[in-house]
This record gives sequence, structure tokens and C-alpha cells, in this order.
Amino acid sequence: MTLLQQVKTLILKDIILEWRSKYAINGILLYVVSTVFVCYQAFKSVDTTTWNALFWIIMLFASINAINKSFVQENPNRQLYYYSLVDPRAIILAKVIYNMMMMTLLAIIAYFVYSTIFRNPIGDPALYFVSVILGSISFATVFTMISGISSKAGNNSTLMAILSFPAIIPLLIVLIKLSRNAIEGLERASSSKEIIVLLAINVITITISLLLFPYLWRD
Amino acid sequence: MRKKWWKILAVIIICAVIINGLLGPVPRLFILHESIRNVYFHVPMWFAMISMYLVSVIYSIKYLNTGKQEYDLMAIEAVNTGITFCFLGLATGMLWANITWGEPWPNDPKLNGSAIATLMYLAYLVLRNALDEEQKRAKISAVYNIFAFPIIIVLIYILPKLTDSLHPGSGGNGTFADLQMSNELRPTFYSSVIGWILIATWICTLRYRMRLLERKQELNA
Repeated sequence: MTLLQQVKTLILKDIILEWRSKYAINGILLYVVSTVFVCYQAFKSVDTTTWNALFWIIMLFASINAINKSFVQENPNRQLYYYSLVDPRAIILAKVIYNMMMMTLLAIIAYFVYSTIFRNPIGDPALYFVSVILGSISFATVFTMISGISSKAGNNSTLMAILSFPAIIPLLIVLIKLSRNAIEGLERASSSKEIIVLLAINVITITISLLLFPYLWRD
Repeated sequence: MRKKWWKILAVIIICAVIINGLLGPVPRLFILHESIRNVYFHVPMWFAMISMYLVSVIYSIKYLNTGKQEYDLMAIEAVNTGITFCFLGLATGMLWANITWGEPWPNDPKLNGSAIATLMYLAYLVLRNALDEEQKRAKISAVYNIFAFPIIIVLIYILPKLTDSLHPGSGGNGTFADLQMSNELRPTFYSSVIGWILIATWICTLRYRMRLLERKQELNA
């Protein structure tokens, strides 16, 4: 099989596994909805900056919880079996793409729940939506590789948080800036710089993951 | 790297920089006044830090390619030295900020960026401590080190350029090179950068050789 076919098969496998149990997606959805509700009860009404920051914090923790387990949900022997069958690059690529899809779905649902419960005027809803999608993709690319690293180091969740928070902060800064532009309804042209930076960081992260993962999985 | 001449050179340069930096002529600028002398001490710390981190990444790549344990020792010692210089850079920067901007920690993207970069390398050290097996530790931390480096470059060099910053050279502020009188500063500044990078390299190689000896002792014992 070529690399792309392998990636496709692996993604399908992940989707089928998830579909059978629906454990991760339901758990995370419940997590997001209950966090949104807690925030709503605690704040009732907030100003725009806090609204935006709260949304990204909820997304950050939801995605860490969603992706944390991506390399340990299957038992190590089966992992070994995959590694003997396919290219390691296919494994990381499949995980990244699968996590991207899951995070995008999750982010869209979270966004709708959040903005219906917590009403807040957004100047440019389309651009805000773009920033939500870009954000979930960025979380997926960075966290997938780091969850791979932390799974090799005994996978305790403290380590995952320590390793991933500093790495995600630059992305988060750009994301918050982009979404604030969207809320204020600035001209789209003024946000293009942020979108380019986000895309560039994603491309770099995926490239490095592809280069480094083959070294990581070999024990 | 065991030759003596560059170490002597480093000491001479640093002595000259300290004397010339404290006594030599500097341009009189608004707000900055005499505190501009700090440019000889604050900025070179960051140059030394980033060159140490670069060395560390290069040795991590070398380790992944060859699997030689010595390269891993070099990578970790380079990070240790880099972190030391980062703290020195933060300390000198905070002193300077207190005088010119009125508070030691203004909300500035460059400051926050360097603080986060430090967190990242501290996380690297934590990751190393979390792993017991020597080869696994070397490999996984090398992977994290290489993964973190481009993010740090984005954090320290690209993000501050996008946003408003109090630092020169960002968000439409002029750089020191734009200042007309900066030609007085230039020779001392450049030699200070070279001097501090040499000193950092010296510290790093010393620590690396100490590590090697410790390792030898452990193997013999």
C-alpha cells in the first residue's frame, strides 16, 4: 500500500473504533457542554474580551482531554502490530488528520452551544467561524505530537499539560487576536496576517511531526 | 574546542566591553539617558541564549541520527547554559524596564514570549527527569527539543513583530540601527555579543566535559 492508502485505512479504523464505543466524543461533548454551563451560571453576562477568552480556555482544555489519550487507547501490542504493518509516518499523519476532524466537529458543536447559551454579538460571524476551525486544527496538530511524546514517557497527564501548554501559547495568542478582530468586525484584510501565521505554524508542526515521529515510536 | 586562545579572547573581550561599556561615550537619548549602556549587557544575553538553544537542537538532531550518548549530554548542557543566560537576560531586562518603562514587567509580547520560551525549556528538563531509562530519555527529549525550537522562534522573533511592543524593532518602533548616533555603540555592542557567546560556549563545554567524566566514573564503578 502507498502512504496515502495507509493513512486512509488508519483513519477509517480510528473512526470505526470511535463509532463503536462513542466514548471519547460523547465524553468530550458532555465536558464541553457542562463547562459552558458552569461558566454561564458563574458569569451570567460578560464583556466581549472575557467571552472570547473563556471560549478559548474551554476549547483548550477540551482538546487536551480529547487528544491526550490518542496514543494509549489501544493496547501496546496492537500498536506494535500496526508499526510492523505500516509506515510510522502514516500512523502520525492518520492520527493528526483524525484528531483534526474530531476537533473540528467538537469545536463547531461547542461554538454553537456556547453562542446560544451565552449570547454575545459578533461583528463578523464568518471570520469567527474560520478562527474556530483554524484553532481546532492547530490544537490537533500540536497536541497529537505532544501526546505521542508523553505517551512514551509513561503518559501521565501532568506531563502532557507541562509539555503542551507552553507550546500552544503562541498559537493561542494569535487565535485570540484573530477572533477578537472577528468580534469587533474589523476589515478582513487586517486579519490576513494572523491567518497566514496560523497556517504557517500548522505546516511547520506537521512537517516536524512527520520527520520526528519515526524516531519516537521505535523503542 | 579545547584550545586556549578563544577562552583568553573571550575574557579580554568581556573585560574590554565592561570597561568601555561603563565608561565609554554613549549617545544622549531621551528617556534612555545613561541606561543605554545596558544594551551592551542585556541584548547579548539573548544572543548567547539563542545560540545555546541552537547548539542544543543541532546536537539533538545529531543524536537522533547517530544514537551517540555524548551528543545527548551536549544537548542537555547547552539547554542548561541557555536557561542560565535567559534568566540573566530577564534580570537585566527587568532592571532596564524599571528605569525606562516604569515597571519591571510591562505587558510586552517580547517579555511574555521569552518567559514562555523559558517555560518550554523547563518542561524539557522535567520531561528528562520523568524518564529513567537513559537511551529512551535521550531520544524522547531530543524529539521534544527539536519540536519546541521552531515554536520558540515564532514566539520570540515573529509574534513580537506582528504586535505592538515596547521593544525597539517591533510594531513600527525603530530599531537601534535607525538611530543616527548608534555608530558609537556599534563596535562595543558587537564585540560584547561575540564575547558573551564565547563565554556561554566555554561554560557549556566545561559542563559537558564534567558530565563525560561523571559518566565514565559511573561506568567504571
